[in-house]
Amino acid sequence: MLYREAGQFKTTYSADMAIFPIRQDRVALILLLLFAFIGVPVMATFHIWPLGSDYMLRAILIPFLILALAAIGVNILVGYCGQISLGSGAFMAIGAYSAYKFSTGVHLPLAWLGTALAIPPLPVLPSILLGGLMAAVVGILFGIPSLRIKGLYLAVATLAAQFFFDWVFIRVKWFTNYAPSGSVSAPELNFFGLTVNTSIERYLLCLIFVTLFAFVAKNLVRGNLGRQWMAIRDMDIAAELMGIRPFYAKLTAFAVSSFMVGVAGALWAFVYLGAWEPLAFDINRSFQLLFMVIIGGLGSILGSFLGAAFILILPIMLDQVPHAIGVPISVETVSHLVFIVTGALICYLLIVEPHGFAKLWSIGKEKLRLWPYPY
Amino acid sequence: MVVFGQFLEVLIGGLLAGVLYSLVALGFVLIFKASGVFNFAQGAMVLLAGLALVRSLDFMVARGVPVWAAIVLGLVFAGLIMAISAWLIERFVVGPLVNQDGLTLFMSTIGATFIIEGAAQLIFGSDVYPLRLFPTDAWFLFESAFPGGILVNKLDVWGGLIAGILVTGLAIFFQKTKTGRALRAVADDHAAAQSVGIPISWIWFVVWLVAGLVALVAATVWGTKLGVQFSITFLALKALPVLIIGGFTSVPGAIVGGLLIGAGEKLAEVYLGPFIGGGIEYWFAYVLALAVLLARPQGLFGERIIERI
Amino acid sequence: MIRKTLALAAAAIGMTAIAEPVLAQQNEQFIPLLVYRSGAYAVNGVPYANGVVDYYNLVNERDGGVNGVKLTFEECETAYATDKGVECYERLKGKGPTGAAYVNPLSTGITFALTEKTLADKIPIITMGYGRADSKNGSVFTWNFPLLGTYWSAADIAIQHVAREMGGADKLKGKKISLVYHDSPYGKEPIPALQVLAQKHGFEFTPVPVTHPGVEQKSQWLAIRQNRPDYVLLWGWGVMNGTAIREAAAVAYPRDKMLGVWWSGAEPDVTPAGAESVGYKALMLQHGAQRTPVHADIEKHVYAKGKGITEKDKIGEVLYNRGVVNAMLGVEAIRTAQSKFGKKPLTGEQVRWGYENLNLSAERLKELGFEGMLRPIKITCADHEGARDGRVQQWDGKAWKIISDWYTANQETTEPLVKDVSAKYAAEKKITPRDCAKES
Repeated sequence: MLYREAGQFKTTYSADMAIFPIRQDRVALILLLLFAFIGVPVMATFHIWPLGSDYMLRAILIPFLILALAAIGVNILVGYCGQISLGSGAFMAIGAYSAYKFSTGVHLPLAWLGTALAIPPLPVLPSILLGGLMAAVVGILFGIPSLRIKGLYLAVATLAAQFFFDWVFIRVKWFTNYAPSGSVSAPELNFFGLTVNTSIERYLLCLIFVTLFAFVAKNLVRGNLGRQWMAIRDMDIAAELMGIRPFYAKLTAFAVSSFMVGVAGALWAFVYLGAWEPLAFDINRSFQLLFMVIIGGLGSILGSFLGAAFILILPIMLDQVPHAIGVPISVETVSHLVFIVTGALICYLLIVEPHGFAKLWSIGKEKLRLWPYPY
Repeated sequence: MVVFGQFLEVLIGGLLAGVLYSLVALGFVLIFKASGVFNFAQGAMVLLAGLALVRSLDFMVARGVPVWAAIVLGLVFAGLIMAISAWLIERFVVGPLVNQDGLTLFMSTIGATFIIEGAAQLIFGSDVYPLRLFPTDAWFLFESAFPGGILVNKLDVWGGLIAGILVTGLAIFFQKTKTGRALRAVADDHAAAQSVGIPISWIWFVVWLVAGLVALVAATVWGTKLGVQFSITFLALKALPVLIIGGFTSVPGAIVGGLLIGAGEKLAEVYLGPFIGGGIEYWFAYVLALAVLLARPQGLFGERIIERI
Repeated sequence: MIRKTLALAAAAIGMTAIAEPVLAQQNEQFIPLLVYRSGAYAVNGVPYANGVVDYYNLVNERDGGVNGVKLTFEECETAYATDKGVECYERLKGKGPTGAAYVNPLSTGITFALTEKTLADKIPIITMGYGRADSKNGSVFTWNFPLLGTYWSAADIAIQHVAREMGGADKLKGKKISLVYHDSPYGKEPIPALQVLAQKHGFEFTPVPVTHPGVEQKSQWLAIRQNRPDYVLLWGWGVMNGTAIREAAAVAYPRDKMLGVWWSGAEPDVTPAGAESVGYKALMLQHGAQRTPVHADIEKHVYAKGKGITEKDKIGEVLYNRGVVNAMLGVEAIRTAQSKFGKKPLTGEQVRWGYENLNLSAERLKELGFEGMLRPIKITCADHEGARDGRVQQWDGKAWKIISDWYTANQETTEPLVKDVSAKYAAEKKITPRDCAKES
């Protein structure tokens, strides 16, 4: 009854091609954004349940937002362009370490040129964006093999990037400013004179990044570029015959995806962890991101959010349930059970809906449109 | 002469270490060949098989069963466990996902990985359990020719022998037996195989069972090497480059891939490592695999990828 | 307008919601436990966590808490992952009437991440025998306590022992010493100290990295076989230790020329390699695998009441004991803090004072039942390490045997490094070092 677009007449092409053509969707989105931008901070300020303590913001919402951003990036590559990647963790690491280098000043001696590349320490915002840019450049480089290698072979080949960069950031001391242990810590988060310090400020910072990039991604995938990606995904040879250049389409997908993943990596390091080592971006992170897009729904921006929420929050919740209801089982047993239940839920979800939460969501929307009639 | 002796030593050590990876890679190949599923759970299956074996062994030895009998019974018990898990996976994970695309099936095996890892440790414990089925000391060959001789680890040689027997056995199984032929038919075309009366679910159960038994064999060797513990699951990651060099669908490819990767990464670590800081063998194996893929996108022995529109 | 009203109304509800637990406040001190009982390092994480829990239970059961303040604790599984460690810390830091008393990350990676956060939350971070070596300097690292020994102290003790075996420090000249290490901040931490020592004594030092988690070390050991170092130091954790010993045996490198750090010297490290481990040596973080009166107490007060969480024969293992020692130091810090702030639940900031003024004499240690496990420890503002003593133990195939006297790390070599690196950290983080002379 509520969700019905009857009577919403589109009189111009631009209205018909709007990003959210249905009025109810627009209203819902605006309400959601209002809640995220105003409601959450207000609730956190006044300690209203469930934001009574910092925990919800710091340990759930901030990592959720950052991982959702990374998942959007991965989804562009895997879901829209069909190039499976298991190297996302490495691109997060590239974003994080490049941003760190830019924020502390780059000094690269180029002995054979008799000169040195020196960039003074940059403010945090350009550092993070440049971190994303570096990730994009490397992404293009590692995307080149995708022109020849396909499918699961490509997936395993992207692991080369993962292990290579794990090694680079642990071995090349230049990246860590010669810290003896190889662990580095984030600079002060200063944006145009404003210092981002409290958890609410950190949350808002991440939210701004994520909202912005989500809109960019949403617009990209419904534009010319996005359609090229999807054509490549569905059948690359056919797409090529239709005049789409695989070289351009695949490498732009790698670049855009790596950029977002890189920015997410920089945020993960700067805003969430504060200090990090390459292990924070190891292969498990790559797998985690891939889970998110597959469970959330390949080829769906919304799915990236849903997947990120599910994969991040599920183990945390499972971990706390026995505590909350006071079942006396040991942590050891709980952690094994968390493994089992997570695995079982993933399998169950895939069997029920192989296309992820996004598909469930759209089925739900269709149903809602007809409700209360069955047809 | 010393330098050459050392080179030979690293080369032989690398080749044999590579064959040990092949043991794990074989399980991947079997399942991919027969069902097109990239089975990420292979590492977890090695852990499960190893834990089942070592725990039942310890249990029986502690109760006075003679060691040889305990080993036989332990192997049987572990084989049974693998059969049960194969049935469960076929019935509840892979079976319901017939005809889904490769990525979904791959994801479902990751789900299965979590379940197996959790269940194996829950049932059998998460400590480290020593296992000794093979000798672990070394031979020193050609001591007259090279000072100190060339070191060859007996465990690696055992691993190589077992891998050889396994591959021969599997090749015969695939080529000569009825089930083996049915397996290849299913791999070629599910629907066509079904229409001539091949029971797919039975065939898939057999495949997962065989993969489980291969995992058990891998567990005996690797368990002796590392002790049976959770870290054994990381072997899956060492087996992947072997897999892509050899090709996802080739049993002999797994062995050749293992030899190439093993020798390549060990030589690189020993001779290239000191110049760029060491610890390079992990990524070197993958870069080597990537290089091979650029030349042959289906791996050295993989079936040619034919694309139609 | 409406939103404002709603917000106010919601705020009012929220206020009452938080008011309630305040009323229910009890005489309890909350301690978060970051543990790993699953994953690659569970083998080592489990006995440690068991020791910690058993000791807290002992204090509650035997003494009714610390001066009547009951200890409550909650475990959180980190699986040795930094991000999960941060989540656990955020989850547990505010529990209990006064929040977390202190936090033990039990992972060098998590330590680095939490070092940034505990500063703002005012919670001391205890890294007994691990963590960043420069955090010994309490004037910069107000909240970090690398109790009983940093990796730089460990490196110094190790070299002292090697020198003694070779017949004097002058014999080190021209010798080759390799370090086989876990390629992570944990394993890299001793390298600067060993480089300084190599320069001082004139031995040739070669670091040999092993990629996490360390299941494959053949090439490293083949290289060692070719390089033939006079001594190999091992800085591993988890599966890496056992594999290193196994590979050393395979290349016939003598195990009695191998010396592990105190995280490479527990039972799970030597049992997988069986007889091949015989002769392998490891540093001791003071204590070893042993039983002292405190273990009898644990059996009597905890296990007899069915509250023990491990098998009885695991009581007294190396890592179990390390957990017990760690818990004891925490409890004593709380006790020390109570002497200043009163016998009530304390905040992290107050417990920090307790740590900084912790002074356990030999008599007190005997009273606590730790005689023979620990030497006196005294922590000050300038020295957050408190003691830097160690011994060496050797595996004889069945048990660890203590084979050396006490060594005390020589501060002359490491102190300039500590000053240097911590000053750099202070400059980077814009921390003004406290003047330790003014601290009481």
